[in-house]
Amino acid sequence: MIEVDGAGRSFTVTRRKGLLRREREVVHAVSDLSFQIAAGEFVGYLGPNGAGKSTTIKMLTGILAPSAGRIRVAGLDPSRRRTALARHIGVVFGQRTTLWWDLPLKDSFTLIRHLYKVDQVRHRERLAELSDVLELGPFLDKPVRQLSLGQRMRGDIAAALLHDPPVLILDEPTIGLDVVSKAAVREFLRGVNAERGTTVLLTTHDLGDIERLCRRVMLIDHGRLTFDGTLDALRATVPEETSIEDVVTRLYTRTAEPR
Amino acid sequence: MGEALGLARSYVLLAATWVRAAAQYPLSMAMLTIGSFVVTCLDAAAIVVIFVHTETLGGFSLPEVMFLYGTAGVSFALADMLFGNVDKLGQHVRAGTFDTMLIRPVSPFVQMAVDRFAFQRVGRVLQAAIVLAVALARLHVPWQRAWMIPVMVLCGIVLFTAMWTLGGALQFLLTEAPEIANAFTYGGGQLTQYPLSVYGGELVRAVTFIVPLAFVNWQPALYVLDRPDPFGLPYWLRFAGPVAAVTLACAAGWAWRAGLRRYRSTGS
Ligand SMILES: Nc1ncnc2c1ncn2[C@@H]1O[C@H](COP(=O)(O)OP(=O)(O)OP(=O)(O)O)[C@@H](O)[C@H]1O
Ligand SMILES: [Mg+2]
Repeated sequence: MIEVDGAGRSFTVTRRKGLLRREREVVHAVSDLSFQIAAGEFVGYLGPNGAGKSTTIKMLTGILAPSAGRIRVAGLDPSRRRTALARHIGVVFGQRTTLWWDLPLKDSFTLIRHLYKVDQVRHRERLAELSDVLELGPFLDKPVRQLSLGQRMRGDIAAALLHDPPVLILDEPTIGLDVVSKAAVREFLRGVNAERGTTVLLTTHDLGDIERLCRRVMLIDHGRLTFDGTLDALRATVPEETSIEDVVTRLYTRTAEPR
Repeated sequence: MGEALGLARSYVLLAATWVRAAAQYPLSMAMLTIGSFVVTCLDAAAIVVIFVHTETLGGFSLPEVMFLYGTAGVSFALADMLFGNVDKLGQHVRAGTFDTMLIRPVSPFVQMAVDRFAFQRVGRVLQAAIVLAVALARLHVPWQRAWMIPVMVLCGIVLFTAMWTLGGALQFLLTEAPEIANAFTYGGGQLTQYPLSVYGGELVRAVTFIVPLAFVNWQPALYVLDRPDPFGLPYWLRFAGPVAAVTLACAAGWAWRAGLRRYRSTGS
């Protein structure tokens, strides 16, 4: 479903040095990244701040063109076939909403229906189903800007799934949620993956998400993939630690050292 | 062609959703529409005031000046209502909303143009259309030359839209750049309200050959009104509007695509 082969992305940043001098610097946000995700997998994507997780997700969704390598999602090259790909993937950015700030939630869903050209009957069914499971009912009429973070996040997740995509990509979907909302979101994602067979890739800083949801974990640091395997294999890399938090802390600090 | 129709369909459906949302507050919508109508009427009144003291402006009579004002006004107001948003790219990039447009299966150009579609701007279109209608009622343009009128309005819409698009495309490179295009489009909207003969020859040559604002209404209007060119520019320029519009639109489309390829999102 997702194939990444030697993908890299660098940014040239110019930095002011003194009044007139400017220094150009190349930041390698992601380098030589390769992995494959099969249909129906649930994969967690871990890494410290600035490791390149969001950059990877932007490349997978076609927002950013890779500066090297080859990427296929649902058989399409994301940056070249971005609009075609959009119908096959659902995307959630936990940090910011994909909904329209000033519109009531249900109007945002109407805009999305027009954008994806979903027919009205199917849209209504799907929305009823999603608002039932995600309990959107009480705030469907509220403008998005008035929603709490947890409500908005559930709205965003529903928005990403209205067109019933086979692939769901989430960048920190549980950021800032309380334990109850977090549990609800996790339960929902688990259901989507188990019942609909939706392929899920999610980034998170919450190891609870990983432990409860992901059969497979990928770890990225300084733009390079440093681990790809099951949760147990991840634990086994640092046998002297027992909790997953400590294992990951060790891995983050260890890979950071050579720099 | 099918693709263009698909985009137009998306535009209409999305615009309708925005209008429906705004119609939840009918009073405020009515006030805004009337407000925009009244404010622009004051603008047109300024022309009438000028003619209280003089018979002609730059060699043109009141109905002729109203004709110039009306054609430029309809083009500008329609372009602004339909596409005036596309130069807000910098804001969308900084706010991260441009990223979310890129994950949708519709061109981000259309999504940006239709964002917060403001129906109340129709007030301005209406006002310009009324001025144009009054002018035409007094001018008696023969039908052999009247065909140019819809052509020039359409070219004007394309020209203004292309300028906004170019301004938007520039912001892919300079996201901090202010909305430079507005200086050209709003400035151009003002400039074209009056006969270009009131301005100097240098400026007229600049808006003919560099920023092709003269093709919004001036050159084709010389044809419709059957007037000699006060600046002695060639006669064929009167028919060059479509060429100028298509050229600028192609340049804008190319710049937009080039900018989109270089898009780098934001760090967070
Ligand atoms: N548009 C950009 N311009 C310049 N540098 C960028 C840009 N986007 C990302 N970067 C850089 O690329 C690196 C990776 O950033 P990225 O956002 O992918 O990290 P991340 O893993 O998502 O981090 P976090 O956990 O903090 O969200 C960082 O060093 C960042 O500064
Ligand atoms: Mg990130």
